[in-house]
Amino acid sequence: MQVDVSSYIALSAVMFFIGVAGVVLRRNPLIALMAIELMLNAANLALVAFARAWVNIAGQVFVFLVVTVAAAEAAIGLAIVVAVFRRAKNVDVDEVARLRG
Amino acid sequence: MIAFYILAAVLIASAVFTVTQRSPVYSVVGLLVNFITLAIFYFSLNAEFLGVIQLVVYSGAILMLFVFVIALLSSGIGPFSEGPNRLPLILAPALLSVLVAFGFLIFGLGRGPLVPALSAAGNASVGAVGTAKAFGSVANFGTALFTTQLLPFEVTAFVLMVAVVGVVTIAGDASPAPTLGHHGRRRKRAKEREPIVKAGR
Repeated sequence: MQVDVSSYIALSAVMFFIGVAGVVLRRNPLIALMAIELMLNAANLALVAFARAWVNIAGQVFVFLVVTVAAAEAAIGLAIVVAVFRRAKNVDVDEVARLRG
Repeated sequence: MIAFYILAAVLIASAVFTVTQRSPVYSVVGLLVNFITLAIFYFSLNAEFLGVIQLVVYSGAILMLFVFVIALLSSGIGPFSEGPNRLPLILAPALLSVLVAFGFLIFGLGRGPLVPALSAAGNASVGAVGTAKAFGSVANFGTALFTTQLLPFEVTAFVLMVAVVGVVTIAGDASPAPTLGHHGRRRKRAKEREPIVKAGR
């Protein structure tokens, strides 16, 4: 029995909003980054479902690109976390609010 | 059908687990379960290559990166501060935006041929999973990636190179290097170097 595409899209939307809630609510930057990964993966699930529905491989290629960008984003984000932690011994996103040239 | 709902429940539960845990290590475990479940979804949606990529790149590489950074940061310090619970403050606008988004979603999906149904007839044109000619097989995916989508693929390579340079610039330089350089003198420590941005007034 095949599941309809809209089920996948709804699942993807739920997962995306869980990720949004994580980014907005959590103050730990590591968990915020993981929530961003959740959002990217939710978008990937929607793209794969639509690619399957339209029998168009371009959607899957786009998911491949998104995975690459997500890897780059995770690496940069974690590097920023490490750099901020080295300076301030503090990884609270609300308290890292100082910009100094 | 039943498998879909079980997997969907696992997916959502692991996502909630990831977001709600206090310790980032538990969050990583939740994220791992989430990614593996997602890979199963990809396999069931005729995306073999993406399922493998999901397992190897996400569960293997990116999560390992998270684990290493957690190990690096939390050695010698206590648990991260949590601060006040801000859920009551944003609950109403968050619920409103979720409702609006789902309203658009249901409205869009209900308008008819936005999405063709996954039917048995469609499956016949897609081909069986695992065969070389099937939609989403590695051969199909690779052909598309290296012919019609070649330019985005190359831009991806550039993005990765920029990311590597950025990571080395941001995080790799700050540690004082005690080793002697080629010229026999100690490398300058980070504080002695010229600042990248001059301190203004």
